[in-house]
Amino acid sequence: MIPRAFLYSLLLTGALAQAATPATQPQLKAGVLSPILPAPALDLAATDGKPLSLERFRGKVVLLAFGFSNCGEVCPVTLFTLASARKKLGDAASGVQVVYVTVDPERDNAAQMRKFLGSFDATFVGGVGTIAQIEAAEKSYGISVSRKVYPDGKYTIGHSSSIYMIDRAGGLRAVMPYGHSVDDFVHDLKILLRS
Amino acid sequence: MRARLLWLLPLLALLAALAWAGFAPIHVGSREQVFDIPLGTYARRRAGDLVEILPERIRLTLGLNDVLLIRNHDEVPQTFGPTIMMPGQSFRLPFERAASYQFICTAHSSGQLSIDVEPEPDTPWARIHWRVREWWENRKK
Repeated sequence: MIPRAFLYSLLLTGALAQAATPATQPQLKAGVLSPILPAPALDLAATDGKPLSLERFRGKVVLLAFGFSNCGEVCPVTLFTLASARKKLGDAASGVQVVYVTVDPERDNAAQMRKFLGSFDATFVGGVGTIAQIEAAEKSYGISVSRKVYPDGKYTIGHSSSIYMIDRAGGLRAVMPYGHSVDDFVHDLKILLRS
Repeated sequence: MRARLLWLLPLLALLAALAWAGFAPIHVGSREQVFDIPLGTYARRRAGDLVEILPERIRLTLGLNDVLLIRNHDEVPQTFGPTIMMPGQSFRLPFERAASYQFICTAHSSGQLSIDVEPEPDTPWARIHWRVREWWENRKK
């Protein structure tokens, strides 16, 4: 005969052990930075006519990327993916803000970027500025930019194409390399919106 | 008769080893392949030392070791691929697709890092190949 007190203590120990076991954190599909540090500040003009600072979007998950409106390969794919992810999120998409900063300050002004981004999603906000301002933003996020000039004087720009995921508290939480699917973004955004 | 059986023993042992290598599931300690950028890397490079912290080519295998974990112990930020790691920060990058990836990496004197992500060895031959290669590479270390 097992004493009842012994059985109760066993049950209690089990319950305490269960409670003490940390719940498994869902893993992001993006690359995760640890510890989380504040996202580098942006000092740019936004395509909606206001200054572009990340503080404006505190409380939202910010997807920050760099590109340019004349980009024929990478940027349209990235923007289409982000727009599709927002659509898939439904009502929760109101908690997600896409910010797209130009790497081509000579050609991209606010109107040009607004038109380009608006063709994907009207809520996307672009970042524009002087060459010095854009270079400062690129440097703070480790963006590499290379210009290829054609014989006719026109040029295209090769640039880093990852998407920076900034959490609702303004921390640079994760970086999604180029090429991930819409579902991968939806997966990670759901986690970030919950946290 | 007995002498013939003795000859068969090494063959049977080899077959048993191959059967194990081909059919036993592969277990690895962790899915993370960890690389540390030690303190002083930037200073050594500035002094002209072609210090190589990370191999120029890293091989990962889906389902086994498919997460790259880079830890920056240096006192300056280091750019790895898509991001800057501040001093004391780490970057954990999981892979879900077999492909070859090229990254910018300031911890390399070449500035480049290639990561080959291979598919999960899911056939007996693939498992044997994986085990033999791992054994060979670990033997060299």
